[in-house]
Amino acid sequence: MQVSRHWRLKSERYKLVGETCDSCGVKLFPPRDVCLACEAPAKELYTFTGFGEIYSYTTIYDPPAGFEHNAPYTVALIKLEEGPLVTAQLTDMDDEEVRIGMPVEMVTRKLRSEGEEGMIVYGYKFRPAVPVQELSAA
Amino acid sequence: MTENQKSEGLMRPHHEVGIVGYGAYVPRFRLPATEIDRMWKGGKGGAPIKEKSVPGLDEDVVTMSIEAARNAMARAQIDPREIRAVWVGSESHPYAVKPTSTVVAEAIGAVPHTQAADWEFACKAGTEAMQAAIGFVGSGMARYALSIGMDTAQGRPGDALEYTAAAGGAALLIGRGEEALAVIEGSYSFVTDTPDFWRRAHAEYPSHGDRFTGEPAYFKHVISASEALMGGVGRTAADYQWAVFHQPNVKFPSRAAKMLGFAPEQIAPGLLSNRIGNTYAGSAVIGLTAVLDIAQPRDRILVVSYGSGAGSDAFDLRVTDRILETRGLAPTTEDYIARRKVIDYATYTRYRDKLKMS
Ligand SMILES: [Zn+2]
Repeated sequence: MQVSRHWRLKSERYKLVGETCDSCGVKLFPPRDVCLACEAPAKELYTFTGFGEIYSYTTIYDPPAGFEHNAPYTVALIKLEEGPLVTAQLTDMDDEEVRIGMPVEMVTRKLRSEGEEGMIVYGYKFRPAVPVQELSAA
Repeated sequence: MTENQKSEGLMRPHHEVGIVGYGAYVPRFRLPATEIDRMWKGGKGGAPIKEKSVPGLDEDVVTMSIEAARNAMARAQIDPREIRAVWVGSESHPYAVKPTSTVVAEAIGAVPHTQAADWEFACKAGTEAMQAAIGFVGSGMARYALSIGMDTAQGRPGDALEYTAAAGGAALLIGRGEEALAVIEGSYSFVTDTPDFWRRAHAEYPSHGDRFTGEPAYFKHVISASEALMGGVGRTAADYQWAVFHQPNVKFPSRAAKMLGFAPEQIAPGLLSNRIGNTYAGSAVIGLTAVLDIAQPRDRILVVSYGSGAGSDAFDLRVTDRILETRGLAPTTEDYIARRKVIDYATYTRYRDKLKMS
């Protein structure tokens, strides 16, 4: 089901590839070929850094079909450092740790699996960066 | 063994090659071995390790390989379009048919002008990919080749392997010697047909030959490969600052090190099994990334994998000055190990898909 759609969206989903506007430099995600700011054509591909912060969020206890496997989970609006807002699941954190304004980074994870025999869909989620330890003397 | 026999089988490419980027990955969940003991032995059975790493519901060998590969690329600072091979060694590829490696190659921007393949040989699939990458770069066919060892290992509930079957691994970007943070000065492989551990195509959990796993399997292959490599390059245990051996538990690699003349301090930084378990195809390579995180220029490192069925790949590495400028560019192996959330057996059964939903 929808194999071709998953295939078409893979650059966007695996590595946050969007577009940049030639005229005013605004970055677009998801790609829509026309600049939201100046309406000029925006077709040049741009790979987002994957860094951003949590703009708002909600925890899903009663998930839509296909996402039961992961519930409960938290979905957030992420404000990417380049500007656009993107909706994505949070991962690698407990729901009670989530705060508005929290810095997050993009990771590629399993979004869903279409039954035991269908395809596995991978895509972006966001999480807090891995905390850096003080390096112990070698 | 004569001098001549000692160097037989040593593998060296035409051009000097080495590791130009490396990256580790360990999921954040930990299952203490005492939880498994509580479940199956009434808390009286003891535990071979402290705890093992467990992948989250949205993780598998594809997602874990992507993160390790991104860390390797962050350290290497090269254009991914110059990579000519993306090779993932694992015994837990998510699909039976459909490569893990193409998804990883796509995610890091290495497509389409690249080789991509999945490697299999129980726990040494990762070092096999590494050895092939040495050949690809050393022959001049490729500027860079990415080799990954990664697993989400499963143990049958209640089985001895359930205590240690864990998730994690590492990615190693192989390139020319002059760009390397560690030059690979030689490698060696030792294999025989040994039935110590296997899993048939449609079986969910592996089977093993119990007492067969020690002497004729792990020790014979690890010791033989280590001795042949060290003989081939003309070094002894004292010439290495660090050694890493495949770690199905703590006991086996510790004993192998002792038999070969290595002191406990030489294996300590790379011996992670007590804290993350046996990461199968990831085990030897993530031990290596932990050592690279702390090694100094000119340190020598011995790395020896083991895969059931059975065989060992052994590598002789020399760290270069480049280690100092590259290792801070991505999270260290210890950063991932320190990021931990302990779970109980019930959560573990859900995360590892052991609950029948219909
Ligand atoms: Zn514009």
